Amino acid sequence: MSATEAVAHARRADEVDAPDTVWVEHTAWIDRVPRAISMIVLFVGFVVVWQCVSWLGVVSPIILPTPGEVARDLTVVGQNLITGGYMLTALWITTLEVIYGFAIAFAIGFSLGVLVGETNFGERAVMPYLVAIDTMPKIAFAPLFIAWLGFGIESKVALAAFIATFPIVVGTAAGLHAADANQRLLFKTMGASRWQTLMQLKLPAGLPHLFTGLKIASVGVMAGAITGEFLGGGKGFGEQIRVAAAQLNTPRVFSLILYLSLLGLAIFMFISWLQRRLVFWHKSTVTGA
Amino acid sequence: MSAAAVLAESLERAAAQSRPVYQLRRVDKVYTARNVHALDSVDLTLEHGSFSAVIGSSGCGKSTLLKIMSGLEPPTKGSVMLQGRPVTGPRRDIGMMFQQATLLPWKTALQNIVLPIAIRDGKAAAKAKEREALELLELVGLKGFEHVFPGELSGGMAQRASICRMLITEPAVLLLDEPFSALDELTREFMNMELQRICASRDATAFLVTHSIQEAVILSDVVYVMKPRPGRIVEAVTIDLPRPRTLDMMTTPEFASIVRRIRGRLDVEAFL
Repeated sequence: MSATEAVAHARRADEVDAPDTVWVEHTAWIDRVPRAISMIVLFVGFVVVWQCVSWLGVVSPIILPTPGEVARDLTVVGQNLITGGYMLTALWITTLEVIYGFAIAFAIGFSLGVLVGETNFGERAVMPYLVAIDTMPKIAFAPLFIAWLGFGIESKVALAAFIATFPIVVGTAAGLHAADANQRLLFKTMGASRWQTLMQLKLPAGLPHLFTGLKIASVGVMAGAITGEFLGGGKGFGEQIRVAAAQLNTPRVFSLILYLSLLGLAIFMFISWLQRRLVFWHKSTVTGA
Repeated sequence: MSAAAVLAESLERAAAQSRPVYQLRRVDKVYTARNVHALDSVDLTLEHGSFSAVIGSSGCGKSTLLKIMSGLEPPTKGSVMLQGRPVTGPRRDIGMMFQQATLLPWKTALQNIVLPIAIRDGKAAAKAKEREALELLELVGLKGFEHVFPGELSGGMAQRASICRMLITEPAVLLLDEPFSALDELTREFMNMELQRICASRDATAFLVTHSIQEAVILSDVVYVMKPRPGRIVEAVTIDLPRPRTLDMMTTPEFASIVRRIRGRLDVEAFL
């Protein structure tokens, strides 16, 4: 068979024997819907169910306000926030508590984490106590903090920091063990000092774990600040929620919680942003875990 | 001729060549806690510019030998001399390469290569060495990859970068701990030839630990055969194949007979 014949033969065979591919990968239609649309549909569905429940009168309006009422209150509170009213002052106080609490938790948690992760003494003597304290319901300490530090911002900061410290300790300590055996061996053969190994190997290698701890802490720090305000009064957002609830102003409670969640979201997003900047090299950053 | 006499003769032949860079004399290592006699009176001489390999089954003391030679562990007895000075810890004139490339993923290739300098002499010295690092990258065929992070390098490319990191301190001896065994067979053979080229161009003294007889023979001037319990060198096989070696030599009868001889030495007790 000559070359041209072969080509002609192949082409004919192609036409006759090789029909179009009939086996294609199948994706469920729900996975093909764009993310934004899926999210909007879910949200609308949630509101519709909520509205139906209100219409049918299954639940008393004092317990569950209608979406409309909550939306109206959201605009009222929103206007107050934008125009710099007392709501903004309250939100600012809570924000400060969260920031201070987080900063203190980071300072203490990171130091303890390095102590626990880097020294034998820390791991064997300090860690058991930390675990013991961590298993206690930390909110139970709130009355103590109020007794010690008063009804001002300090007791809330203390509770927030107290709750947020432990995840940071664990994250830091776990992170210091993250460097693999080969990397440690490499640093040994390069004659690296303990300090150099800590700064240039163990801490960078541990950043993914540290950030996991920070994210857990960011949730705890909010819970601590709000709990402190529930129990210790003051002028923060938690106090606004408590007052609204006491007045059976449920729409207000809902809208305040929604605005509060924006604060939590902002902190979480800040940490995620920092993580993307610093831990760009790790797979957890890519998957957003 | 007795085994001891064969050993003595082959060691003598190995030592009779040029100037020694690394010398081990009657090195013993006993792990008392586990009651393991890891090394028994090991004698070893690495000549300047030579390539040696040590081969043996698992648990024959290869890793212990390498730990002692790299200054990570002291011997129980015996003398360990590199360039006329006893090895008492990690030294900058010892270059090491591991099974894994072990690059730090948060540093670029270039930063990884100058890391040993940064650790020993500080950031400024590392900065000053960047030019040399770029030349090394070119030597190993990674030109243009200096600002790439290790996550974007293939296994073979990462090992090339780790070769650069080993060479940047201009070490007197290169200790290679199964450097390409994590790579696929094709890449591994190719990298072995690259290693030969790089070693030749730098007139490097290299010591390879491996499980592969073929790899040991194709690369080395001398192959030390080790046996376990206690770990000891039973023969130093001189490889007379001409240089530069090529992968084609692996099919020659000479190569096959050397491989057969080494395998024979290993088989007797290795699997008891």
